[in-house]
Amino acid sequence: MITLTINGKEIQVPKGTMVLDACQQAGADIPTLCYDPDLRLAGSCRMCVVEAKGRPNLMAACVSPAENGMVIETESPDVVESRKIILELLLARHKLECHTCERDGSCKLQDYCYRYGVTDSRYLNEMPHFSKEDPNPFIKRDYDKCIMCTKCVRVCEEITGAQAINVEDRGHHAKISTVFDGKLADSTCVFCGQCVMVCPVGALTSKVSAGKGRSYQTQSVLTTCTYCGTGCTFELNVKDDHVVGVTSVRDSELSPVNKGALCVKGRFGWDFIESEDRLTTPLIKENGELRPASWDEALDFAANKIKEIKAKNGPDALALFSSARATNEENYLAQKLFRAAIGTNNVDHCARL
Amino acid sequence: MADYKDIIASCKDQKGGIIEAFHALQQEFNYIPREALTEAARVFGISEAQAYGVATFYSYLSVEKRGKYIIRMCESAPCHVAGADELLKAIEKELSIKVGETTSDGKFTLELTECVGQCQATPVITINSEPLFNVTAEVLPQVLSAYK
Amino acid sequence: MAEEMRVLLEYADKINPEIADEYVKIGGYVGLEKARKMDPNDLIQEVRSSGLRGRGGAGFNAGMKWSFVPKNAEIKYVVCNLDEGEPGTYKDRIICEKNAQALLEGMAICGAAIDSNQGYIYCRGEYPFIVKLLKNAIKSAKELGALGDFNIEVRMGAGAYVCGEETALIESIEGHRGEPRFKPPFPGVAGLWGVPTVVNNVETFACLPSILTNGAAWFAGIGAAKYPGTKVLTLTGDTNNPTYFEVPTDYILRDVIYKLGGGVKGGKKLKAVQVGGTSGAFIPESNLDTPIDFDSMGAIGAALGSGAVFVMDETRDIVDIVSRISKFFEHESCGKCNPCREGTFRCREIMEKINSGKATQKDIDNILLLSRVMKKAALCGLGQAAPIPIESTIKHFADEYARKIV
Repeated sequence: MITLTINGKEIQVPKGTMVLDACQQAGADIPTLCYDPDLRLAGSCRMCVVEAKGRPNLMAACVSPAENGMVIETESPDVVESRKIILELLLARHKLECHTCERDGSCKLQDYCYRYGVTDSRYLNEMPHFSKEDPNPFIKRDYDKCIMCTKCVRVCEEITGAQAINVEDRGHHAKISTVFDGKLADSTCVFCGQCVMVCPVGALTSKVSAGKGRSYQTQSVLTTCTYCGTGCTFELNVKDDHVVGVTSVRDSELSPVNKGALCVKGRFGWDFIESEDRLTTPLIKENGELRPASWDEALDFAANKIKEIKAKNGPDALALFSSARATNEENYLAQKLFRAAIGTNNVDHCARL
Repeated sequence: MADYKDIIASCKDQKGGIIEAFHALQQEFNYIPREALTEAARVFGISEAQAYGVATFYSYLSVEKRGKYIIRMCESAPCHVAGADELLKAIEKELSIKVGETTSDGKFTLELTECVGQCQATPVITINSEPLFNVTAEVLPQVLSAYK
Repeated sequence: MAEEMRVLLEYADKINPEIADEYVKIGGYVGLEKARKMDPNDLIQEVRSSGLRGRGGAGFNAGMKWSFVPKNAEIKYVVCNLDEGEPGTYKDRIICEKNAQALLEGMAICGAAIDSNQGYIYCRGEYPFIVKLLKNAIKSAKELGALGDFNIEVRMGAGAYVCGEETALIESIEGHRGEPRFKPPFPGVAGLWGVPTVVNNVETFACLPSILTNGAAWFAGIGAAKYPGTKVLTLTGDTNNPTYFEVPTDYILRDVIYKLGGGVKGGKKLKAVQVGGTSGAFIPESNLDTPIDFDSMGAIGAALGSGAVFVMDETRDIVDIVSRISKFFEHESCGKCNPCREGTFRCREIMEKINSGKATQKDIDNILLLSRVMKKAALCGLGQAAPIPIESTIKHFADEYARKIV
């Protein structure tokens, strides 16, 4: 264990603890923009700078290992001045349209400007013009709001593994881009939306949820995704009894299977919930027409047909195609039914494709 | 012209040597063609987006087609005080192009550069990385005429 | 004209740097032979007690740097920084052109000290002819057997000043964008491909053969006590003698300009001199009697840095030059951290505004505030040093700014 002093409070932490974690342990709330506990450290936003006694420069808490005897101030005049100026610099490149922004109320830039009373930027002059329409149904990329934290690049590489985006160019010209700055749809992007999940501002937002309600207007209902048997946890964003979006739950206690990671279906494919085409009862086809039936009737119908075919043409005239929407256990039982009870090995599954 | 695949393959044994491969490609093509960038990413085991990130980071690498001769005008402080601004204007006038452009015959591309480490003889320009010393507006036409 | 003291450049233009044999004939590779017979700990101690400090930016004791390399690591690398990008600097090029074998020998000495048999030279993309020269020099040394089992590979940069920062340089050798890493871990512990790596620049390595040959005490006795040895300087701007010199480190700046440089061009008066490249402070006439060594320069708020000496005569427009310098940093910022990416951009905007006569005192206040934050909070030396020319000129040449603001 090592001992250090944070804001006058002496605490002990295990060796290898980062200053950021030590500060949190000491009850100091450190602002971060590029830091994400699940991603490779960047140490680049410099919002988490703190003052360590005896060092000429401020240190970024997220990438600095705590050392024995360190004396740290987390809100000293130098620290606050730096954070304010960094926020002003970010404001000067960030298209300010909080009044229509999807992330109004859930934006870290907004939160920190509020916290440090940064109303305006003295460095406001030329703005970057990176925005352009990316024609895809899911992700809106408004890089005029981007603050270059690169969390999207890292999450795409390290969690999704799609490696669809990176930083193009350098310096003030640097921006997030696919290869040759093409469309997401032409890249290796799988539209999982993890980038939307980690974006701290309104640079990446869901097109599916656009205009349907902001975080403070919706309630979050924790539930399990029904698309497949993986059992990912997410939150349905509910406004006036209507689902208007999906957000991730990253707490591994609440989301043990996926820790917030989702696929395109889970994150963006919730609009079926209120679809008029949605099936609400089983259907039986008679004389070329589908008619509603009860579950008992439909199951009896199917069982009888299976028996009939087996009696007439033998078990190999039957085949099972099961669905990834059922769990592994259910899929196991389904193949067991066909192999053991019906007697055929004609078994397949949609996930094999 | 050499095949870009052969050029990249000749660099593949240099660990992490994608920048070496990019240099070798530029020796041949003066820029990094798209299909070559894709191939280089494959050979060096990185994503195309990463390879593109690398290619666009360095100012000597280009993913856009350039002329046969790349003129780089140094504008760092020692060249600046030696009249780099006037020389740049003279080059632009002489070639009828602006910085970043290529002459219509595809011969010259004009770029700016920071210090090329030849400050004993300012102002300095380089043409395809060969430094030319004490270049003035007066001698410019003669200097350029050597490049056919 | 005052005397230079040539150690690294003693045989400049007298031997062919590409031919190892010629170097051997003037006593080359004796230091390496001696180093190889020494216990690595003693070797590190020898270098440490010579007082040799990095000839790049930070001026760190070279032997001390080596001593941080873990002894038990299986693979270690020796990396030479030949990415001299500081405008006005070309001393590493000169050392290669005049005495490349000393660099190779110095790297091999470092290899013997830290038990590494692989070296890399990262040469800036602006010097393709040096890459060629070095490859020939390495081939010649290998054929002669002078380097033993120590191998050296040359890698080329591609136009990025920030790659002179050691961790950005490592990233670039690895084939990545040249963005600096946060430290710790320092390269000595986790550097190239994650293994312990010593990064020194050309001039530092090139000092080693003579230290080993003549002994640590000999070297420690040259020049300034706390920054001993010689330093290769490159003189640019309004000087009568725009060339390179090698001088002992206690040499006075005034003598560099007036004795070696033959004074200000055209007999004009001196207005300012900037030492250490474009990231250095502007030094007024009143501070010229300062020795060039690291600590003496530091004491007047300047830096020896790369050893570039940029002379500006009385007619020069300081604000215009600093405005140009601010564009350099905007161009060379890697864009990774906020204070530098946004800060260098806004510094350039404000400097141009001042230079065009449209700024007010408020703009000066704003740029000073921004400078302070960049120095304190930027990730690497580039962002921390970028405001130095601005701050130092606002301090020493306030009237030049006052003339331009409304």
